[in-house]
Amino acid sequence: MTTFRRILALAVKELLAILKDRKSRFVLVAPPIAQLIVFGYAATFDLNNIPLALYNEDRSAVSRELVARLTGSPHFVLVGHVGQDAQIAPLIDNKKALMVLHLGPRFSADVKRGKTAHLQVIIDGRNSNTALLALGYLRSIVTDFNLDWSRQHGGSGPPAVLRIRPWYNENLLSRWFVVPGIIGLITLVVTTVVTGLSVAREREAGTFDQLLVTPLRPVEILVGKSIPGLLIGLIEGSFILLMVVLWFEVPLRGSLGALYLGMSLFLLSAVGIGLLISSLAVTQQQGILGAFLFLVPSVILSGFATPISNMPQVVQHLTLFNPMRYFMVILRGVFLEGDSYGLLLNQYWPMAMIAVVALSLAAWLFRNRMH
Amino acid sequence: MKPTSASLMRLKGIIRKESLQILRDPSSIAIAFVLPVVLLLLFGYGVSLDARQIPLAVVVERTDAGSASFIGAFEHSDYFELQAFDSIQAAQLAFDVRAVFGIVWLRNDFSDRLLTTGEAPVGVILNGVDANQARITAGYIQGAWQAWLASYARLQGVELPLPVTLEPRIWFNAAVRSRNFLVPGLIAVIMTLIGAMLTSMVVAREWERGTMESLMVTPVRIGELMIGKLFPYFVLGMGGMLLSVAMAMGLFGVPLRGSFWVLTAVSALFMLVALGMGLLISVVAKNQFVAGQISIITTFLPAFILSGFIFQISSMPTAIQVITHIVPARYYVAILQTVFLAGDIWPIILANSAALLAMMIVFIGLARRKLHKRLDA
Repeated sequence: MTTFRRILALAVKELLAILKDRKSRFVLVAPPIAQLIVFGYAATFDLNNIPLALYNEDRSAVSRELVARLTGSPHFVLVGHVGQDAQIAPLIDNKKALMVLHLGPRFSADVKRGKTAHLQVIIDGRNSNTALLALGYLRSIVTDFNLDWSRQHGGSGPPAVLRIRPWYNENLLSRWFVVPGIIGLITLVVTTVVTGLSVAREREAGTFDQLLVTPLRPVEILVGKSIPGLLIGLIEGSFILLMVVLWFEVPLRGSLGALYLGMSLFLLSAVGIGLLISSLAVTQQQGILGAFLFLVPSVILSGFATPISNMPQVVQHLTLFNPMRYFMVILRGVFLEGDSYGLLLNQYWPMAMIAVVALSLAAWLFRNRMH
Repeated sequence: MKPTSASLMRLKGIIRKESLQILRDPSSIAIAFVLPVVLLLLFGYGVSLDARQIPLAVVVERTDAGSASFIGAFEHSDYFELQAFDSIQAAQLAFDVRAVFGIVWLRNDFSDRLLTTGEAPVGVILNGVDANQARITAGYIQGAWQAWLASYARLQGVELPLPVTLEPRIWFNAAVRSRNFLVPGLIAVIMTLIGAMLTSMVVAREWERGTMESLMVTPVRIGELMIGKLFPYFVLGMGGMLLSVAMAMGLFGVPLRGSFWVLTAVSALFMLVALGMGLLISVVAKNQFVAGQISIITTFLPAFILSGFIFQISSMPTAIQVITHIVPARYYVAILQTVFLAGDIWPIILANSAALLAMMIVFIGLARRKLHKRLDA
């Protein structure tokens, strides 16, 4: 009972220390909301309004039909016409157009004679992902054009056709992929920042020594210092979750309980690492630095924006120590794939282990870093 | 001439004090040199959008010449790692537990329809959760299909039954290596972090420790104080910057097609913007806790998400595109990607440098004004 009251007292003190300052209160509330909205809309790989220039030496009904299909698509915007080869480079170099389509003078003649006509595409490859995606959009328009042309003109279609169906995210909206990930991103930042300085600040002010001579045991200090980060993380996480469902309309198909179990374990490991950093740091500056050093790789190596499966093996092994990696799988699994506890077991236990190890190390450091 | 030489002396003093402070607390040196190396190594290898050896389940319900030739086109591609399954149910089980990213399904009648009616359907199921990866995989699958169509037509001795084929030429990055654009972008992200981190707590620390007042009572002027504080960090930051460029070229094989001097000049400008931003944060925040939080919030994530480093700015909603204009990394990323991959394309370099210059003036000017007000109070 007294243990419980002591922990409660410490937790209340910690919360007050964070919330009493107007600036720190503001920092905890406003940026996460702004980030959710801005990043939710910004973080998308889907392309629209790809600036396209046309170099059409053919100008027949056939080429007009193909061009009409392109300009009718929401993905492309016609930004200009090219009359000769020399005009292509400035358009691409200066990013006026992402791609230039070249239809040679024999384009429609070839198509009509049943020969394969070549459609040259020059693409700005400075961002290779954008180039590949734009090419993908173009390719599907050309494929549709081909099938329709063959059917209308009695030609034989291709011997086999692909019927590609994406599951879980039928329209391939990358927002559905990225936005749930933001829950992990923002709660991680907030929790680490809150806990990363909690010990260092007291060390710098000299109050941590006072805390150690109170009847509080190290474990109790640990729990008391963990509660605010956990609480703030859970509250912000729930709020963002609500926004993801209601504002961004990402379907939540799986078990909410499985999601919250994942979030709790994730926050616990973040708190553990935050406290570990904090107890290693002698000054606040080192605390912030440490938090930064943990946050940046955690985000980049989590699969939030780029898939872990594309990383080299060594780096993939490294991601196994990153709690955010597991939470990303849980978020997307529960939101889009409709996962429940069973399928996510392999994500839960590594986070639990990271949490236990980090928290125990932090507790040990509380005492032993003194001397 | 007298005041300038006195000013120079004061400036020298402040620079000396800051430099000593840096040398005695090695953490800033670590930030400037160790951090870019570690981050660039980690991210250069870790951040990639090139999918290789995508695990695909293959279900062939009846093995014969037709289906074998089709699957052959997938076997020849190093984009895929094929796993054969006997039935679609078995493949789907693997798909559900994410053991495979997609399924290619040739039904019983595939070869018959190939030879008779044509347009034999090939079922392809992809895990669409990561839409970008799914789109790129779909592109690779279509590529394998087209390669098969061409070889099939050749074997049958007929024209390729496609009215139009695409002949893509990808400029500046013919091999479509995502590393070539991600690594220059990473330099921008890393330099934003380092510039802001180096300075964001410098002034806040002096306020917190009460040493700011001691500085204020010396004859040092605000302008001199700011230059003196920025200069050593500028030198440090540029060192880290050069190190990053060397790594990008030497280790990651990113070609530098523009001139080195343009790159250096623009980087110096960007470094000043990042340092100015950090200084402004530390003047406004007044304590290290808030300064640290603000710099984490305003530097890393915006530079990561809103700079065009990985997400295309032109595809964002208009309101968000407007917001990206206040992210300094945006301009630097545009210049870096162009100077590295395309060369010295002046319209892009000049327009973005002008924006950087304006931001530098705003940040440093604001920091100066805020610092001044504090003095009077």
